[in-house]
Amino acid sequence: MSSLYEEIQTPPASDISVRRLTVNVNGEDRSANVEPRLLLVHLLRQAFKMTGTHSGCDTTNCGACTILFDGRPIKSCTMLAVQADGHSIQTVEGLATASELHPIQEGFKQEHALQCGFCTPGMMMAAKALLEENLNPTEDEIRWALSGNLCRCTGYQNIVKAVLWAAEKMRAELN
Amino acid sequence: MYPSRFAYESPKTLKDAIGLLDAAGGDAKILAGGQSLVPMLKLRFAFPEQLVDINNIPGLDYITFDADGTLRIGALVRHEHLEKSVEIQKRQPTIAAAAPLVADPIVRTRGTFVGSVCHADPQGDWAATMIALGGHIVAQGPKGKRNIAMKDFVLGPYANALQFNEIAIEAVIPAPKGVARGGYLKLERRVGDFATASVAVSLDMQGDTVVGAGFALAGVGGKTIDANDAASALIGKKLTEATIAECAALVAAKAEPRTDHRGSSEYKRHIVATFVKRILTANSTQKAA
Repeated sequence: MSSLYEEIQTPPASDISVRRLTVNVNGEDRSANVEPRLLLVHLLRQAFKMTGTHSGCDTTNCGACTILFDGRPIKSCTMLAVQADGHSIQTVEGLATASELHPIQEGFKQEHALQCGFCTPGMMMAAKALLEENLNPTEDEIRWALSGNLCRCTGYQNIVKAVLWAAEKMRAELN
Repeated sequence: MYPSRFAYESPKTLKDAIGLLDAAGGDAKILAGGQSLVPMLKLRFAFPEQLVDINNIPGLDYITFDADGTLRIGALVRHEHLEKSVEIQKRQPTIAAAAPLVADPIVRTRGTFVGSVCHADPQGDWAATMIALGGHIVAQGPKGKRNIAMKDFVLGPYANALQFNEIAIEAVIPAPKGVARGGYLKLERRVGDFATASVAVSLDMQGDTVVGAGFALAGVGGKTIDANDAASALIGKKLTEATIAECAALVAAKAEPRTDHRGSSEYKRHIVATFVKRILTANSTQKAA
């Protein structure tokens, strides 16, 4: 022994099943070997090092981990990574292009829709899902669509304004 | 939080899925929407040896009305499919009213109707709705299919009547004899919170006369509460202030609320009666179809 203590390494258990998965993230195929119990949010953050998706409450309440799964918003802390095999995911990292913010991001900037910013990625992805279905939402429709996302700074007013701002810009871009 | 270790299979057919459940001998859980199961795995309230993911089995995401009006909901119909279904909005008002109140909009994209019924959470919206509608579950196992009436399906909190090697493949709601009416109301402190009280009401109307009615409660007892007996106050009668009040009192008497931070037991019972009255009154003023 070279020191006062030495960690005894136990050989890894051989019966742990590992599965290979391929998932399309923001248009790019990514593959990984995962244990079935790995959560999708941890695949994104830890395996793919995409830390834009936040893990907040870890109990399906706060929505900070919201991503789009085959185009629909889901809470990525409440899905297993293996379930994403063969599916497409959009995360907050996929919103902006190299030179331009997405209108939703611009709206959040213009309307000061974040304070600490922790909920922002989830809010923006939930807003994206709404605007893909309804480009002319009322304030009430926005509040309903974002009701699965919590803001710990309680800055909801400006978040709603930001989504209205983004909707207006996206409508203008269509014309 | 990480779940404990489990083996994972995602079979492509029901037969394979049932085979996996059968082989696991009770140590497997079915993964559908996962919006209750995954949190339970993470909290380690559940620690199955194996998960059988049924999401890759095709043909389970249907909402269909048979020619006679019987409604069938497949095992992979998500809450939002029901919320957005024009047919449901037109023909099944109790489900149409409950769908937008289930959990929150993001959970609704993933969680399933049938999974929620099977989960049998005393707070669950769909088990109550199914009891009020007098529905049944179609279970498929190694020996074929069987029907389980809702009154026999929910055995208690988080307990259903499925055998370990059976899958609930479909929820069935019988055709109304007249016009299907009804509603669903839930009091919650904020979206996604557990209900303070929820009331499901189904009505079957011929003209102004009630020919069938069903009632069930969630959040006001240790399990989903079957209050279908209260239909006796309405069957063969019109919805008047007197019959509505009598019915609301009968339903409220079935509640078993406990005083907690969401309100006193008296308050919750009062909410139940108020919700029954509101739903019935709203239906009494609608023009007969």
